[in-house]
Amino acid sequence: MINKIWVAMLVIGIIFGAVNGRMEEVNEAIFAGAKDAVTICLGLISILVFWLGLMRIAQEGGLLDLLAKLMRPIATRIFPEVPPNHPAMGYILSNMTANLFGLGNAATPMGIKAMQQLKDLNGGSDSASRSMITLLAINTASITLIPTTVISIRMSYGSVSPTEIVGTTLIATTCSTLGALLIDRYFYYRRIRKGRA
Amino acid sequence: MGWITVISIWFIPVLIAFVLMYGTYKQVPTYETFVEGAKEGFGMAVSIIPYLVGMLVAISVFRASGAMDFIINLMKPVLQAIGIPSEIVPLAMIRPISGTGALGMTSDLIATHGPDSFIGRLASTMQGSTDTTFYVLTVYFGAVGIKKMGDALKVGLLADVVGIIASILIVTYVFGM
Repeated sequence: MINKIWVAMLVIGIIFGAVNGRMEEVNEAIFAGAKDAVTICLGLISILVFWLGLMRIAQEGGLLDLLAKLMRPIATRIFPEVPPNHPAMGYILSNMTANLFGLGNAATPMGIKAMQQLKDLNGGSDSASRSMITLLAINTASITLIPTTVISIRMSYGSVSPTEIVGTTLIATTCSTLGALLIDRYFYYRRIRKGRA
Repeated sequence: MGWITVISIWFIPVLIAFVLMYGTYKQVPTYETFVEGAKEGFGMAVSIIPYLVGMLVAISVFRASGAMDFIINLMKPVLQAIGIPSEIVPLAMIRPISGTGALGMTSDLIATHGPDSFIGRLASTMQGSTDTTFYVLTVYFGAVGIKKMGDALKVGLLADVVGIIASILIVTYVFGM
């Protein structure tokens, strides 16, 4: 599906550019997009290096195990295929915790580490396992307690009450997370019915 | 409201201090362990590059060509008919595709309509409650070399739809039109 969407975006974009007489903009967009991607990745280096270093200390010290123990009852229900004592569980939980506090930058390295562990669990295969899809679903819907960026934008535009949207954000994000889990389950059982899982 | 700002600023430094003190208490060779773990970060960031270049080029071509505006305009009458303000449509469309794009639109909507307007509050809630599905998918699966994504994209996009609808309903309910 990602192959089709990717080709469609590019081909439809180029055709539209031709029809709208915006070929010059399209041409610029190709190089700007590629450059942005590399800039983002280079920016990620500093964050990934620092947080992965810190996470290693947390792991060696046993903090990740502790966290996993605390949240195990919920997590084993969401990820029934991950053994409760597997390191993947620790990373999944720290990823969820970081998202909860709106630390998108800190959540990414932990999410990637979790994916790596899940890949090992899946025998190193290059297709996404059930748990990987669930972890991704949770991340795209990311439960947020404190939407830091939005609050700071509202402050800079002189809002009377910059944080009044914390409540509505929490409710909306809870809905989208629950929705993501339900949709994930639906697709999983559909895969089973079709004999693909 | 001061406490939220305080938490936002204090959380990360306090977390770092806590991890370091706990590690020291457990007699972990902290600095060496840090370096050992940090080494992984570089390769990880570099391995994401091809995935993100492919995705971002496609997205920026799609936007620059006017194709995205065209689709947004097609959807506007339908959404307006069910009471969704058309100003919010571009944000809802771009949220799953581009994080920086969505952030730009949110600041634009807040600047134009005011942070305490219905649209301002709706944009704030939408921005805060969903994440950039294409980015998350690209980075997480790209970094570990997952090529067959299964239903991940469908699940992520449908979850975005749930988040957008939930934002509209809850903001309408709490703040009114």
